[in-house]
Parts: sequence; structure tokens; C-alpha cells
Amino acid sequence: MIPTKFAYRRAASIDEAIRLLQESGGEAKLLAGGHSLIPLMKLRLSEPALLIDIGRIPDLRGIRERDGLIEIGATTTHHELATSELLRRLAPVVSEAAAEIGDPQVRHRGTIGGSLAHADPAADLPAVMVAIDAEIHLKGPNGWRTVPAESFFQDLFTVDMQPDEVLAAVKFRPVWHAAYAKLHQRASHYAIVGVCAALAIENGTIRSARVAVTGASTHAQRLPNVEERLVGRQPTQAVIDEAASVAGDTLEDVNSDIHASEEYRRAMVKVFTRRALERAVARA
Amino acid sequence: MTTMERPVLPKLIGARVKRREDPRLIRGRATYVDDIKLPGMLHLAFKRSDVAHGRIKRIDTSAAEAMPGVVAVFTGKDLMALPGATRPVGARGTYAAKIGAGLPPMPIGTPFPSPDHYAIAPEVVRYVGEPVAVVAAEDRYVARDAVDAIVVEYEELPAVVDPELAMQGQPTVIHEGFPNNLALPYVPMGTGVDPATGQVDNSAIDRAFAEAEVVISQRMVNHRVAPNAMEPRGVVAHWDAGKEFLTIWSATQNPHILKSMVAAVLGLGEHQVRAIAPEVGGGFGCKINIYGEEYVAAALSRILERPVKWIEDRSEAFMATIHGRDLICYLDIAARRDGRILGVKMKLIADIGAYNMLLTAAIPTLTMLMASGTYDIPAIRCELTEVFTNKTPTDAYRGAGRPEATYFLERGMDMLARELGLDPAEVRRRNFIPKEKFPYTTQTGAVYDSGDYEKALDRVLQLAKWDELIAERDRLRAEGRLVGVGLAFYVEVCGLGPSSSLPTGGWEHASVTVERDGRIRATTGASPHGQGNETTFAQMLADLFGVPIEHITIEHGDTGVVRQGIGTFGSRSQAVGGTALMMAGEKVRKKMAKFAAALMDANEEDLVFENGMIYVKGSPSTGKSFAEVARYAYVPVPLPPGLEPGLSEEAFFEPPNNTYPFGAHICMLEIDRETGEPRLLKFFAVDDCGNVINPLIVEGQVHGGLAQGIGQAMFEEVVYGPDGQLLTGSFMDYALPRATDFPWFELDRTVTPTPVNPLGAKGVGEAGTLGSTPAVVNAAVDALSEFGVKHIDMPLRPEKLWRIIHGRGQA
Repeated sequence: MIPTKFAYRRAASIDEAIRLLQESGGEAKLLAGGHSLIPLMKLRLSEPALLIDIGRIPDLRGIRERDGLIEIGATTTHHELATSELLRRLAPVVSEAAAEIGDPQVRHRGTIGGSLAHADPAADLPAVMVAIDAEIHLKGPNGWRTVPAESFFQDLFTVDMQPDEVLAAVKFRPVWHAAYAKLHQRASHYAIVGVCAALAIENGTIRSARVAVTGASTHAQRLPNVEERLVGRQPTQAVIDEAASVAGDTLEDVNSDIHASEEYRRAMVKVFTRRALERAVARA
Repeated sequence: MTTMERPVLPKLIGARVKRREDPRLIRGRATYVDDIKLPGMLHLAFKRSDVAHGRIKRIDTSAAEAMPGVVAVFTGKDLMALPGATRPVGARGTYAAKIGAGLPPMPIGTPFPSPDHYAIAPEVVRYVGEPVAVVAAEDRYVARDAVDAIVVEYEELPAVVDPELAMQGQPTVIHEGFPNNLALPYVPMGTGVDPATGQVDNSAIDRAFAEAEVVISQRMVNHRVAPNAMEPRGVVAHWDAGKEFLTIWSATQNPHILKSMVAAVLGLGEHQVRAIAPEVGGGFGCKINIYGEEYVAAALSRILERPVKWIEDRSEAFMATIHGRDLICYLDIAARRDGRILGVKMKLIADIGAYNMLLTAAIPTLTMLMASGTYDIPAIRCELTEVFTNKTPTDAYRGAGRPEATYFLERGMDMLARELGLDPAEVRRRNFIPKEKFPYTTQTGAVYDSGDYEKALDRVLQLAKWDELIAERDRLRAEGRLVGVGLAFYVEVCGLGPSSSLPTGGWEHASVTVERDGRIRATTGASPHGQGNETTFAQMLADLFGVPIEHITIEHGDTGVVRQGIGTFGSRSQAVGGTALMMAGEKVRKKMAKFAAALMDANEEDLVFENGMIYVKGSPSTGKSFAEVARYAYVPVPLPPGLEPGLSEEAFFEPPNNTYPFGAHICMLEIDRETGEPRLLKFFAVDDCGNVINPLIVEGQVHGGLAQGIGQAMFEEVVYGPDGQLLTGSFMDYALPRATDFPWFELDRTVTPTPVNPLGAKGVGEAGTLGSTPAVVNAAVDALSEFGVKHIDMPLRPEKLWRIIHGRGQA
């Protein structure tokens, strides 16, 4: 549990962090809450030569509403998400999902940006960001770039991000009829399966539906066949049941480990899709 | 001296005194092994095998040795001074002269034949995590980096993982001279077995099964778990070359055993070794064993003439500290239709891992010893086979053999009740050993000291409101929920001694000194590491001497201070160590009474020790202060005839027998029909540990035991892959229970004192693990009864339960 030797620099600004990343020639890692990176370093699965601490850059932290969008800085902790009055009012699913991450220690250190950039296949927030159609805001040497969450997560621990880019913020529109349902892995409290459903319901009809799953496969992704069975229909139990019954059928590379076989995970994708949809619809 | 108004001191035995240890522990002011820093100290790191079974073809330590800050690297052959050593014998001056032929194989504490086990594997590695080399370096980071620079080539051998295949020699044999991997081929115990000759007469057990109206048969696994003390292991060794004296600090449960064994292995006299267990952050049995790292640290300090430190990290702890349990049982119960048991057979297969450790071989024999449980069973036959596999060795883990016995038997009792359609409480009641029959000798030779099992059963049924609980379960079931209620009864063997049952000796030692100022310093050979004996032992002395508890210090864990001792394990501290302490205290009190009598011109038999005074019964105003009498004992002018000066005495207590505490646990559990996730709704425990010194500490011990017993039933499991790789090597995959996994524990007690020690105390450290595990699994089987399931092997992984509910068969 002792990492290899590394240098440490604290960046005072996003631009300084970018400059340090460029200078490192790909040997540096950004450090925010450290709750994914430090364990990997202690196990010597990651051996960066330089850690660039972005944890004290003021612009990167906080939750605000601006021009009809909710903006969350990358170094905002899970605890801050879970207890945010603004999120409880405008996007309660984000708070609720954050409250189910790990344990209190993890929630007080771990950050949203770290979780998204690390892209653990069983992390909770990626599924939420995909479902609520969040934009990931990245800054690099050539300025700002925006990536939809859906295309940000590409594969196992793989995201659309250059080695000299900093994930600065996520932005999304307020979302009410959304919910996250999760089967906890009892050791790590990562998701064996986590499903986030985000619906737009107008005059008793589902106008749009985005449903995303984490834990089941290599990365968070949408369940299009579920969404198709929801749009344009009334949010009745029968409709929910029908949609949930096909959840995961399109998934490939479903995970199998000592905690859950592929068969069980596939069954749980259906159960937790239904639970997420029920809660999303039930939100008064 | 004028008489002063003195506060009335409360009696402390039986009081809920808060632990005196906690303020320093909670505030980070305690000194653990890793807090010890000596000038010139080197840091050790071990290169460990990453294959389960293999022959070392080549070890290249040159790159590691060339790293700045690395002082030396030793392989197994180097330390054994064997041909082929990369470091020649005699390196660093006089290595050969210092430790002769090198480190011998590690001694064990059981009398069975055992393969050689070296602290660092010289030729063959037999589990993932076995040391193959050690680095000594100027700091811990360099030491760890150097480990990565050591290159080891293995000829991989087939990994032996399944104990029932291992018994057939498949896929290979791990140790020469132990065909079919049988560490212990066959040990019978029980009815018809002559313990002296090993002769077996089957007539009684065969008759029981021939006469049976119903037979229950089930294979069960009490699976492997990792102890996970909050503080991993650690050792600091300091060889003082000038004095030729070794001081060794270790996170151990028994520094006196450590001292004896380190002396023996290093070829030193016991007068040349001082072992210190500083603050120790939990043991749960895993810190009884004396480990290779302790011998290596001592040897390296001697070779290099520098203090050395090794601190285990959590990844190492998962693979290099002993595991617990791992016992397969083929259980058969013969009974009449009225529920009365005629006979029990337990065929036990213990997967002990790669080597015998200190007590490894003995642990499953305790399962056989306790096979009768709380029941009057006329015929019992146990048969034990112990098997080597390519896994971390097993040894004592909280309960050590007794939870396994309880689990198998109590699962069987529930299966019997279900088969006969009887209430699970009733079928137990019909088989209880009646209280008139104590002391009771079981068919496996245990002599139960005292018991009143019906009383404890009645108490727990009352506590849980059994009839209402069953009604509630049925009401919830009617709503479609999968809810079950589980009951388990247990009897435990505690207070280990006597010496006939422990190769170390089964006594305990204590000393009590009243200092010149009347303050009291006592030592105990028990070595508490979370048990709270600094509090309970001080409570006893406070009452004995009538002084404030703040005036008493209990010292422990240092062989330089505590003259003799055995240690803390087998729930023995209070029953054995506490008795020794009272014996020493009473000797001092008696002598002090003689001094007081001389000072006051009174009769010593008439004196009372109370509220900081010693006085003639009935006239407290004429007394002397405790401190004044103490001063007189150290400056005795005049010296009373027949007395030596001073107030310091010691005592050894050898108990005539073990103690047998018991109890009953009930829980209610719900299983999510869709996901298979289990959730505990209620938990009730009645434990009878005899007389209680401090109920707060007893309840704390029960809480901890319940957490580990429930943890095993629901979450914890060491898993190996088919190649012998450890798949649960971190807390990301090994699930320890958390506070949020438990409901409120409803506790109660009955009190049945033991006659085997004057305190009447039995021991409670391990008890919680015994009843809780089967209670939880019994509840889970009850919850899934609509699916016709008779038994579920632990732990209650959601997928396993989901497969039962949804008829999906095995994964």
C-alpha cells in the first residue's frame, strides 16, 4: 500500500493545471478527491510521475444555476451534491444518486469530476449524467470544449478527454421526473447495477425518455429499446413493466465477477430499470 | 492525624464503568508498534509469491541490492544458510557465528506431524503471499520499491484448491511425506472411541441410527473468512549487541509466548529476550500465532546490528495473516419423531491451507469437542480430516472451532424441527441437558461446568416476544414478503486452561503492588487488545482495597514488566487472569491488614478496607488511611514480628477446568424477492457468561461478536480462483459488515456462575459469534421455506438467494 515515487504540484488555476499537464509529457495525473487515484497508486496499478492537485482551484468548486442551466464544478464533493438545496429543488436525482456513493468518508472526499473522468464501469454518476443529458465541459490548451455525457463515456476507464485537458464542470437542464436505483456491491458499495431514468412528462404523456445503466458493462450507456417503449405513451405501470422487461437486452460485454454473474446482472438491469422508472414517475 | 470527611466509594464490581482505555485510543494518544521509532532503525519489506504453487527457479536480488538506501536482501536460502544462497553465509561479518546454521523451520504448538515451514520459502512456494525474500532498507518507501526490483522465476505447479479433491491427491501433492495432502488423515472422537488407543467401537452409534425414526443428513460449509483486525500486524526488533539482548515489539495477543518462541528459534535463552505488545488494535485470534515476519525481524536485527521495523499493509494482511474457519461437515442426526435426538455424526474436513501454524491443527478438534452443543445426546461420532491446500494457512479466529460446531448442529436442529413440524424452540428444549445433570460430560469428553439452558431459552423467547414475532412474520408473508425467523442456541468453551489442554500452560499470572503512597500497580499476564481489562481488573482491585479506581494502574503486554504470563485468547482473561489477579490482591491485602493491625493495635481479622480507609469493623472513625498504612509497610518502624517489609505479591492461577458459557440468539430477516438481498430486521441475544464485572464491557463484547458472526453469515468470504489466486484481496471485494447493516441489538443476560473459579465468571469475548451465525442462516432458510429449500451455504450473497427464489439453479 505504498505508491511509487511521485512529484506533487498544486495548481492555482485551470490554466496552470493545463500547462503542468503539457509539460509532463503524459506522465502526470490530476488529483482532486483522490478516492479513485490514490488507491490505484497504493496498489501500484497507477504510477504517475507527477500529481497535479486541482483541489483548491476556486473556479472548479460549487453548484450554481445560470441561464436556465445547473452548473456543477468538477471538484464539488459527493457530499455537497447529496446535501445541495439547489439540486434537491431542481435536479433531485443527482442528490439522491450522490447520497448512495460509497460511505460518508468517500462522499466527503470524492468529487464529481474525478468520478466522471475516471469512468469506473460501476460508478454511479456516469449513468446519471448520461440519463439527464449533461454536458461535460473540458478545457485544454486550445480553450473550451463541450462533450455530451453520452459520448464522453467510451469504454472501460476510457473517456473522450485529451491528456492535457481538465474536466472543469458539468451542465444540465433542471430535471424533475428522474430517479436512480442501485444494487449495492456490499464490499465496495459500487453499483452491481445502477439505472437512472429521466423522463419529461407533459399532460400525462411521456414526451421524452432517457434511461442509462452503469455497473452492467464496460461503461455507462443508454438503453434505447427501453426508451422507445416509453416515448409518447402514458406512464402507467403496464407501460413501465413492458419497457423494463426489455432492459439490458441490447447490452454486450456484460460483467461477471464473484459478486454477480452475467445472468444475475442482466436480470437486475430489468429490476432496477423498473424501479428507477417507477420512482421517476412517482415524483410528485 | 485528624479524621477527615471521606467520600463514600461506590462498589464497582457489576457497575457500568466506562472503559479507561478509550480516551487515549479515541484521541490518538496510544502507542502502537508503528509509533515506535528507534535511532538507526531499518525498514523491512517482503517479496511475496504471486503464484499459489511453484518451485523457485531463480531469484535475482542484484537490482534491489544496488538501489540507494537498500542495506541487504535475504532469500529463504540465505536465512537458512543453505547451499545456493545468493548472500554467502558470513556476509555482514559474522552471520554464521551469530545464528549458527540459520533460521530453523518454525515451531508449532500442536503435537501432530507437520511439514517444515520456513519463515521465507527457500525452494517451493505454497500460497499466494508466501514470503520469498526480505529487503532491509533505510526507509519504508525504498524497501517497498526494492521489492519490485527483485525478479523471481517460478516453475508453476498445479494449484490445489478444492479440499475434497486434495484428499485424493488431486491435482497434485503439496508436501512430501503427506500423501493425498492429508495433514491429519483421520482423528475420531466421541462415543466408542478410546482416546488413549484410538480404538473405535461403532456399536452404540450404529444402534442410534438403526433405531432412528427420522434421520437428517446435510453437507454444510463453514467457509473461510479473514480476521481483519483494524491494526494489521507489525514488529520492531532491536538486538543490543553489547548486552546480547533482544527487545521485540509486536502486535501480538501473547508476548510471553512470543518471547519463548523467538528465543528458541534464534538460539537465545529466555533471559535474553523481552517481548512487548504495545497498544494492539484487535486480534480476533489472528495475533496468537507467532509469524515468520517476527522471526525474520529478530534475526535481521541480530545480523545487521540495527533495529528493524516491519509493518504489514492491508493487502498483505489479506494473504499473509492467518484465515479462519473453512470446515466442511457431513452432518447426520438420528432422532425419534418426538424430536428426541438419539445420535449425531459429524464427518469434518478442514481446509487448513498450505502449512500448520501455531494452533492450526487443534482448532477443528474443538469443533469435535463441542459437537454435543447444549443437548443431552447419547451417541456422538466425529471424524476429522485436515487437508493441505495452496491457500493461506488457517488458525484461530474468534470462537475458533466452536462457532463451526454450533453452526453445524444448530442448522441440523432447525432441519430436524422442520422435518418433524415442531417449533424450533421446542425441539431444542426437548433435548437440553437438564440443569440437574451438571457437571455434565459429553460424549466427546467435554465436562460442562454449569448451565441452565431452559432459563436462557425462556428469557430469549420472552425478549423477542416469540409468539408475536412469529405472528408478525406470518402477517408480512401474507403481504408477499419473504420474512424468516431464526433461533440458535450455543454453548462455548472458554477460560482456556487448564495446562493439560494447552501446550503453553493453561494458567495465568498476576502481581499486585501497593506503592508507598497507597497507589496500586498491578500486572497481568493477560494481554488485552480491546477487551478492556485495564478497566475490569481495576474495578476488582478497587473493591478489594476500598480505594478509588483512579489510584490503580493495570500493566500488561511487556515481559520485562509482567514476570510471567500466557496471553489473551479463548475468552480466558477474566476467568483465568482475573482470578490470578484477585489471588495476588488478596495476598497483599492480607499482609497489609497485618501492618494495619500492628499500627492500630487491632485484630487483623476485624479490619475493613473501605473508602480509602482501613478500620475496625463498626468504627470507621478510629481507622487509618490506606496511604498511611502503605507508608508504614515500607518504613516499618517498628517492624511487626514475622513480617517482611513491603506490599508486593504475585500469584499463578491454574483453573481445574474450562468454563462453558451459553446463550440463545433470535433474529428476523427479510429477503428482497426481486434481488435476493437479505436485510436483518431484528436481533435478540441472551448470553450467560456467569458473573459479570462490567455489563458495559460484556455488552460491547457481545456487539462485536454479533457483528463478526452476522458478518460471516451475510457478507464475509475469502474466495480463491481455480488457480489459487486470492480474489478477495481488498475491502473492495471482501465485504466487512458496517454499522448500517445491523438493526438495534436487543440484549439480555441470565447469570449461571461457574464453580471452576472463585469469581464465577465464564468469559464472553467470542460468544457473540457462536449463536448469531446459525441464527441468521436459520432465518434465511425460514424466509425461503416456500421454495422448499432445506439448507443454504453461507454467506447469503444476493445472487445465491435470487437463484433459489427464481429457480435458476447454481451459477
